[in-house]
Amino acid sequence: MSTLAHDDHHDHKPTGFKRWFFSTNHKDIGTLYLIFALTMFFVGGAMAMIIRAELFQPGLQFVDPQFYNSMVTVHALIMIFGAVMPAGVGLANWMIPLMIGAPDMALPRMNNMSFWILPFAFALLLSTLFMDGGAPAGGWTMYPPLVLQTGDAFPFLIFAVHFLGISSIMGAINIIATVFNMRAPGMTLMQMPLFVWTWVITSFLLIASLPVLAGGVTMLLTDKYFGTSFFDAAGGGDPVLFQHIFWFFGHPEVYILALPAFGIVSQIIPAFARKPLFGYASMVYATASIAILSFFVWAHHMFTVGLPIKGELFFMYATMLIAVPTGVKVFNWIATMWKGSMTFETPMLFSVAFVILFTIGGFSGLMLGITPVDFQYHDTYFVVAHFHYVLLTGAIFALMAAAYYWLPKWTGNMYDERLGKIHFWLSLISSNVLFFPQHFLGLAGMPRRIPDYNIQFADFNMISSIGGFAYGITQLLFVYIVIKCAMGGKRARARSWEGAKGLEWEVPSPAPFHTFETPPKLTKKVLEGLY
Amino acid sequence: MDNKKGIKKTTASLFLFTVFMFGFGYGLVPLYDVFCKITGLNGKTIRVTENINREVIVSDRLIKVQFDANINGDLPWTLKPNQRIMRVQPGKFYEAVYTVKNIKDKDIVGQAIPSVSPQIASLYFKKAECFCFVNQLLKAGETKEMVVRFEVDKDLPEDVEELTLSYTFFRVKKVASIN
Repeated sequence: MSTLAHDDHHDHKPTGFKRWFFSTNHKDIGTLYLIFALTMFFVGGAMAMIIRAELFQPGLQFVDPQFYNSMVTVHALIMIFGAVMPAGVGLANWMIPLMIGAPDMALPRMNNMSFWILPFAFALLLSTLFMDGGAPAGGWTMYPPLVLQTGDAFPFLIFAVHFLGISSIMGAINIIATVFNMRAPGMTLMQMPLFVWTWVITSFLLIASLPVLAGGVTMLLTDKYFGTSFFDAAGGGDPVLFQHIFWFFGHPEVYILALPAFGIVSQIIPAFARKPLFGYASMVYATASIAILSFFVWAHHMFTVGLPIKGELFFMYATMLIAVPTGVKVFNWIATMWKGSMTFETPMLFSVAFVILFTIGGFSGLMLGITPVDFQYHDTYFVVAHFHYVLLTGAIFALMAAAYYWLPKWTGNMYDERLGKIHFWLSLISSNVLFFPQHFLGLAGMPRRIPDYNIQFADFNMISSIGGFAYGITQLLFVYIVIKCAMGGKRARARSWEGAKGLEWEVPSPAPFHTFETPPKLTKKVLEGLY
Repeated sequence: MDNKKGIKKTTASLFLFTVFMFGFGYGLVPLYDVFCKITGLNGKTIRVTENINREVIVSDRLIKVQFDANINGDLPWTLKPNQRIMRVQPGKFYEAVYTVKNIKDKDIVGQAIPSVSPQIASLYFKKAECFCFVNQLLKAGETKEMVVRFEVDKDLPEDVEELTLSYTFFRVKKVASIN
């Protein structure tokens, strides 16, 4: 501890413009990522509000169908690439060096670049809203030939995707380089906190899948402007090929969004159950299996394109197989809580809700993975309900849990626990009111990405929209809680939570600008607390 | 701990891996073609050169071949098979005729893309001559009869008793010849 206290004395840092724009400090860049992600969460959320307002009643009320489809498309791109992924990278930046006892990320300058690409990429994407022909409206999956009909926005879409990919790949390379080379002496890979593990595996997924997407969208670009025919049947190409390329990226991508969330709850549940994580090694292996399997299931997104029967069977069985390691993880979380001395502070509430609701999303995913029934569910609201359960009540709930869990470490103050609990319960109720009825809508045959619907779907859509508005407003409370916490409040101790384990709790709260400039000594006691 | 050499090595190999995966994305294009050719996925048919001197071994099976025609998008053409159904013996060449008409007062180039279903049958559907081998130019208002000369291979699996040959005409914006 003496070396740690020493850090406080020369905690000097640049200020203002220089501090934030030229920053190479992992904590500052982490903060930038998190603020950016929260901002994008509200931009994408505003689009979701437009979608739910339009769907409040049958018929066309507020927006024209083209604009509605733009909202659906851009909402997805923003939430995936602008909110969930940067939030995950932000947490990784902030926490990984602290968790492994490193002074900073391995490549601090690249870290700065990978963040500052993001605002420009989204400026490109959002500028399309004001263009002739409107923003991209062919769905975030960018299937040709439809996406090739996009107007002036098309190259902006493609280059935005390129930039987002470059940013994420740089972030991923940085994380792996940090974890592989900068762990505190004596810390083996199998002693790393699970959040670090999930991020290492996620990084490999990013590096393996995003370049393939970059290639795919480059083919779209050359098909439209340079006379190639990758996806143009008249020129000998095949539009279905794009779907293969896209989902070869797209399926690992869903685990890129989910694995860091797994890591987060694997940190939080042991802390509030006051028990070590059950089955640490099996957690690591399960995560790795999920990641590897995710490269062999992509065509379950395309059961209806006319795959040969053997292909459909292969992708169905491979998909079912993913349920096994995922089941291991859920089992381990529950076993960690089993007979634990549990308390339910806000991070724990969000984590427990994550386990339950992510599992519901996982089950509806299994249903979709069954080829014959997928023919009925394909492109209906059932799919929308499924991926919002795994992404909103899954990934976003875990990110919220992480924010509450580590806010004391970031700000040095405890957040308002009463408001946090209110935020949780309102989020929990409203998100279920929002998405649960969509299962029924989908099973009854309501298609996605269409601004109008048959009168029989009116009631459930109205309920869903009310849930949507409630969820949207509730998130403003989160902003208030974060600002209030940053401004002041009860001082947080170095170990802000009684049961919290790991090196990040060995440094003072708020974490000083420079930490672990001399590596921490990993005593037996510290090592036992790591996981 | 601050392992500069290790960081450089990790970064360089991950960067190379990124480049490799970008190439792999493009590699999927020929891979997909090969995969489709082997499995008959896509229903793409086989082009052969007819050998007049060969010994004809005709199977006594009778296969029902149905003909289908489609126009893609806003191409102002009509396309009709002159015969809806033919009953053919595997191992023998037949000719089918399609009639195509340009209903616009403008010259247009189109390209027909064939597809055979069931997919497995496409591996045994051989064409010696086809209007789909090249781009077709139709003058304003022109009507054309177009021939496809084909053979169903005698090794066609027993459980396939009928198959459908379908053509879709696409407008060619960029004129390029394909097979």
